[in-house]
Amino acid sequence: MRMKKRAVAVALLTAATVALTGCATSGSTGTDAAACAPSKGKVDLTFTTWIPGMEDTVAVWNKANPDIQVKVQTGPNGNGGTYQNFFNQLKAGNAPDLGQIEYDALPNFRVQDGLTDLAACDGVLDAKSDFVDWTWGQVNFGEDKSVYAIPQDAGPMAMFYRTDLFKANNIEIPTTWAEYATAAEKIRATGGYITNFSQSDINQFAGFVWQAGGKWFKNDGDKWTVDLTDPTTTKVAAYWQDLIDRDLVSTNPPWTDEWNNAYNSGSDWTWNSAAWGANSIASGAPDTAGKWAVAQSPQWKAGDKASGNWGGSSTAVFKGSKHPYEAAKFALWLNTSAESLTMLNKSANLYPAAKSGLDLPALKEGVPFYGDQAIYDEFATASAQVSPDFVWGPTMTQTYNDVSDGFKGAVSGKGTLAEALKVGQANTIAAMSAQSIPVNK
Amino acid sequence: MSTMIPAPAQPARGIRPAQSKTPKAPLAQRESPFARGGALIVMGVFTLYFLVPIWWLLVAASKNRSQFNTTNPLWFADFSLFENIGNLVAYRDGVYLKWMLNSALYAGGGAAIGTIIAGMCGYALAKYRFPGRELIFNVVLGGVLVPATALALPLFLIFSQISLTNTFWSVFLPSLVSPFGVYLARIYASASVPDELIEAARLDGAGEVRTFFTVSVRMMVPALVTVFLFQFVAIWNNFFLPLIMLRDETLFPVTLGLYAWNSQVNQIPVLRDYVLIGALLSIIPLIIIFLLLQRFWRNGLSAGSVK
Repeated sequence: MRMKKRAVAVALLTAATVALTGCATSGSTGTDAAACAPSKGKVDLTFTTWIPGMEDTVAVWNKANPDIQVKVQTGPNGNGGTYQNFFNQLKAGNAPDLGQIEYDALPNFRVQDGLTDLAACDGVLDAKSDFVDWTWGQVNFGEDKSVYAIPQDAGPMAMFYRTDLFKANNIEIPTTWAEYATAAEKIRATGGYITNFSQSDINQFAGFVWQAGGKWFKNDGDKWTVDLTDPTTTKVAAYWQDLIDRDLVSTNPPWTDEWNNAYNSGSDWTWNSAAWGANSIASGAPDTAGKWAVAQSPQWKAGDKASGNWGGSSTAVFKGSKHPYEAAKFALWLNTSAESLTMLNKSANLYPAAKSGLDLPALKEGVPFYGDQAIYDEFATASAQVSPDFVWGPTMTQTYNDVSDGFKGAVSGKGTLAEALKVGQANTIAAMSAQSIPVNK
Repeated sequence: MSTMIPAPAQPARGIRPAQSKTPKAPLAQRESPFARGGALIVMGVFTLYFLVPIWWLLVAASKNRSQFNTTNPLWFADFSLFENIGNLVAYRDGVYLKWMLNSALYAGGGAAIGTIIAGMCGYALAKYRFPGRELIFNVVLGGVLVPATALALPLFLIFSQISLTNTFWSVFLPSLVSPFGVYLARIYASASVPDELIEAARLDGAGEVRTFFTVSVRMMVPALVTVFLFQFVAIWNNFFLPLIMLRDETLFPVTLGLYAWNSQVNQIPVLRDYVLIGALLSIIPLIIIFLLLQRFWRNGLSAGSVK
């Protein structure tokens, strides 16, 4: 399965290079926000998303809005092929009106001039206060007068941990990363590992950096700056490198049977993950039901309150849509109405980006797998603590691949995480130059 | 003209494995037991190599989710295969069955029509003399070298121009073309359909089309079955073209559908079960087709080589 995924990724990348090297445009072309008037008569919209069960939610909208009918199209997840399809469609001029795009892929579409600025559309700028602050930063790229997508879901990070094991071995729940390392030593002495360091979830590592206050990318309007080797990132990398060197963390490839088994058998004790990870553990480690709990992520300085984010997506309106007004209206409803958010949470475990969504009854209940703890309260707290300043780069697929290659080497003793990030830095700058994206070298 | 003479030699070149197979049986008895044992071991290892994943899939598909991670991956736990199949078929109003049907239509229809087209082209190239014949044949041969994946994006842009993307035809039409099929049909036709027979049919008053369908096709059946099988498997497994062309879930072939599910396993864990069972069920039609047509196929390969 991995091999196949990889082969597909390579094929897609090749196709991407062929298709896009010719048509990269600079980051800031003139705004076209002026034009966002309602269309006359009945409007048909297409919406591509890979969220299972989206049809049911859209059916509710279609019933209430006979004049704005939305048709759902689907496919594999973004990096599995749907993003490439979007680019192909933009090139061919038949992109859907709306599409699901994860936050870390949005800048790519922005740089390729694939998104419609929705700022002029009715109610969009005012919606800013409806969403958790940092999610809005992900969709307007820090431009106050622009909005390139409507936030959909978020992945605020916290720490899943085994209450029973910590208690039985008399180890305190770590609240700082220093305590976390100390706990790791004690846990290793019992034969277990405190957690698993993922060699391929680079966006999880980005979440750690995000929490620590690092910034990988900056865009001053003219040029990008890439900084995968800033002091904060280097500190985070050194921290994990140390745990790896001392064999205090396991290094199973994530999302595999080995990985599931490490959690299911109690060999791994904690997982620093996002809100949506709650289900991953429950399904991967069914024998440990009732023994888990969630706490805020360990902090770099005692008393700090910072969280990272891992994942999350938005609903964007593509360039070329003839009905941005109606599309924006639908996107706002989809991502703020209690009815829609409840359905999406139920069918696809989406953790909402809208503030009102955090109070959904379904997200207030105790979860049996976590000993009836109301775990989503912790994630709501975490979401409010995520820094709004973290920006993604325009070539994240490539960046992830390069860093991941280095991380794979690092966990098996070849090279270090810091070196992997250095290579990622150089390759990212090269990739951006190759696509004629202005970047500081 | 020039092709008529080397033509009989070509089938042997094209399908050498079958040729070496026929004399092997008597040879093997004369070989030393060590050589024979060695060969058996090598074959045994390869058989295991190919069968263990399928065995794993069968075992995994028969487990319920909690047992999946916790029990021996190569042996059964509680046997809940049929329950799992029931769940799969019921999921999202049976969208999986729709995918299987689509795959059958793309692969079955595409392979059937594609085989007829390839058969006619190959026959025409083998039996009619016209200017540019070799050029056409060489272009077709060149087509064998171009991977289908490389054509998917240009095809998408072309189909976009005529607003045919995201339709049944966007996957079906490109599937009809098989350069390899044309190649195979040509060398087979020139080797196994005697000119005298066509001549006789013409003398008896049969038109060219009738001659082809009533006389020549019968002699070409083994080659056509081979082309059909190749095409069927190629279309069934063709994943990239549907990935690029299709957005509407109800048009997906089963490969793309399972891939789409598999890409969401992290968020929707239940999909993992469905992907496993779906993968198991999706190989069954291929196995059936191979078992049914194997006889023709084997005949075809050896018949070509003896001549």
